[in-house]
Amino acid sequence: MSFNIAVCIKPVPDPSHYDKITIHPVNKTITREGIPTIINPVDKNAIEAALQVKEKWGGKVTVITMAPPSAEENLREALAMGADEAVLLTDRAFAGADTWATSYTLAQGLKKIGHFDLIFTGTESADGATSQVPAQLAQWLKIAHLWNVQQFKITNKEELQAQMKIENGYIEYALKLPALLAVSRECNKPRYTTIMGVMKAKKKPLITYTADDLDLNKDFIGLKGSPTQPGDIYTPELGRKGQELTGEVEEIVAQLIQKLRAAGLNLESWNACAVGRE
Amino acid sequence: MQFFQFTEEQEMLRKAVREFVEAEIAPKAAEWDEKDYCPVELFPKMGEMGITGIFVPEQYGGAGLGHVERAICLEEISRHSAGLGIALMTHHLCVAGILYYGTEEQKQKYLPELAAGTKIGGLSVTEPGGGSDFMGQKSTGELKDGYWVLNGRKCFITNSHVADIDIWTVITGQDEKGRPVMTAFIIDPDTPGHTPGRKEHKLGLRGSVTGDVNCVEVKVAPGQMLGKEGAGAKIAMTTIQEVGRAGMSAINVGILRGCVEEGVKFANERIVYGKPIAKLQAIQFDIAETRLEYEAARLLTYRAAGMKDAGIPCATEFAMAKLYATEAACRAAKRIMDMMGGYGIINEYPIGRFLRDALASIPAGGTSHIQKLIIAGSTLSGK
Repeated sequence: MSFNIAVCIKPVPDPSHYDKITIHPVNKTITREGIPTIINPVDKNAIEAALQVKEKWGGKVTVITMAPPSAEENLREALAMGADEAVLLTDRAFAGADTWATSYTLAQGLKKIGHFDLIFTGTESADGATSQVPAQLAQWLKIAHLWNVQQFKITNKEELQAQMKIENGYIEYALKLPALLAVSRECNKPRYTTIMGVMKAKKKPLITYTADDLDLNKDFIGLKGSPTQPGDIYTPELGRKGQELTGEVEEIVAQLIQKLRAAGLNLESWNACAVGRE
Repeated sequence: MQFFQFTEEQEMLRKAVREFVEAEIAPKAAEWDEKDYCPVELFPKMGEMGITGIFVPEQYGGAGLGHVERAICLEEISRHSAGLGIALMTHHLCVAGILYYGTEEQKQKYLPELAAGTKIGGLSVTEPGGGSDFMGQKSTGELKDGYWVLNGRKCFITNSHVADIDIWTVITGQDEKGRPVMTAFIIDPDTPGHTPGRKEHKLGLRGSVTGDVNCVEVKVAPGQMLGKEGAGAKIAMTTIQEVGRAGMSAINVGILRGCVEEGVKFANERIVYGKPIAKLQAIQFDIAETRLEYEAARLLTYRAAGMKDAGIPCATEFAMAKLYATEAACRAAKRIMDMMGGYGIINEYPIGRFLRDALASIPAGGTSHIQKLIIAGSTLSGK
């Protein structure tokens, strides 16, 4: 029993450098100068999940991304971790894609490569954080999917069991393959890239496809194919402002509670907790 | 003339090692220093990464790379823990001795476990009589009943108490001119009579163990001899010159990078008179000098390592790299410590440890005076 596995990854600006990200005041573009691009952290859990399946059951791991040409470096890293081949979907026509256009392009890329029993993604990207691509991608491919998977077990060639993390626990599902799992950080601990892995990576195939290589509806890709467009983008004002409340103690407390409520603080739930503890 | 640039694979390798170091080493480096603890449990993990056997050919279980890649590993590790850096550096001395001078049988017997990090290596050369009086060693080896019997005391030996496989140099006789004949032997783990002795309490490079190693009537089979009888001096000298000093250079390149990065971080975060001190020219001069010293040490070290990989003799180049990198690391750590004012002497910041580690690097592999003698010797003779 072996599995053909795909992992979708996204290159993102390194979250440890987020303090250096600025927004251009006039043309509203995000300045990423000097910020390294890394594999989206939870996508490494997706790669690890795929490698563990391959190691246990046999098969092949293909890692895919839709990104600018510089993403080759991130794909090489995935190959160094142990993936067998990498596919880069890159074209200026893909630029500006929202999650709908991105998931469509990825789906067409995966269809071009072949059939997959399992597709892994991370739950969300560190930059956009919409969490929409995994479900959308599965819908394009018309396969079962589950999001926020904290643990899974393959039972046979046709089925797997997976736990979806929820606020106070998890829900266990059985899924028919082929399926897409968007894994959470709890799912595993991604392995380190070893020096031997780095040396092997340079000999592994890395294929690039442009828009012309894929069977695409050109109205579904890039900025033009994106139903959602960001509105304004701005840096929030984080300055602090002192304010003096005057009057009797009761009056001050009443004013304070009113202001805290106005600021969106849920005092009722806090009270409930406090009462519960007593 | 090609300009200095690492290959794409070397850059990827550096990134992979850095990720490992930032997760497994950086968070514990201060604690190892404080407790003077050598993290032996990390050796198998470094083995899985390919670090312990970086320049060991793949056929013996290594990564099959060279000394430039070794220097990258040592720089990355020593950026956060120069103590672990010297423990690894010394392990590589044992690896190099066996790889470059061992028989095929010895390579097959020892290199796989050393490369995997499941065994730790050591090299015991220095004696209480002095390190630079190399041929004045007093330890002896005598052939009795088909076995070599070793006796003696070695001191200032890194990995003294943690090494499983130890290379020893002993005097096994005299040549026809009455000069001592030095021979090297590989001593197996748990060989009776081969024991660690006094453990030193060091100023810096804590996180590595340094101490005495004793041999009392240690019996080794003739098959344990490394190279031929009388080859011990050459084995020890070339290993120390081209692997040991290479290691100390790379370790101090790591310390220098630590000085640059910690200095920049502090200068940007410390607000005095309403603005970061990085805006002050005097502080900028400190940063500039430290960066320059880091870059210069880096160029000297990686050039020499590249020569080693190309098979070009590089003892003088490593002497220059070692002299410059260690002295520059002392200056840089002191400079950044001064720049940080009171914070510089607080152990929450690593800069004090960097200074102690840089100072402790001076005697390892020959003091600065010894390096100058080597550089002068080759320069005056027109080499």
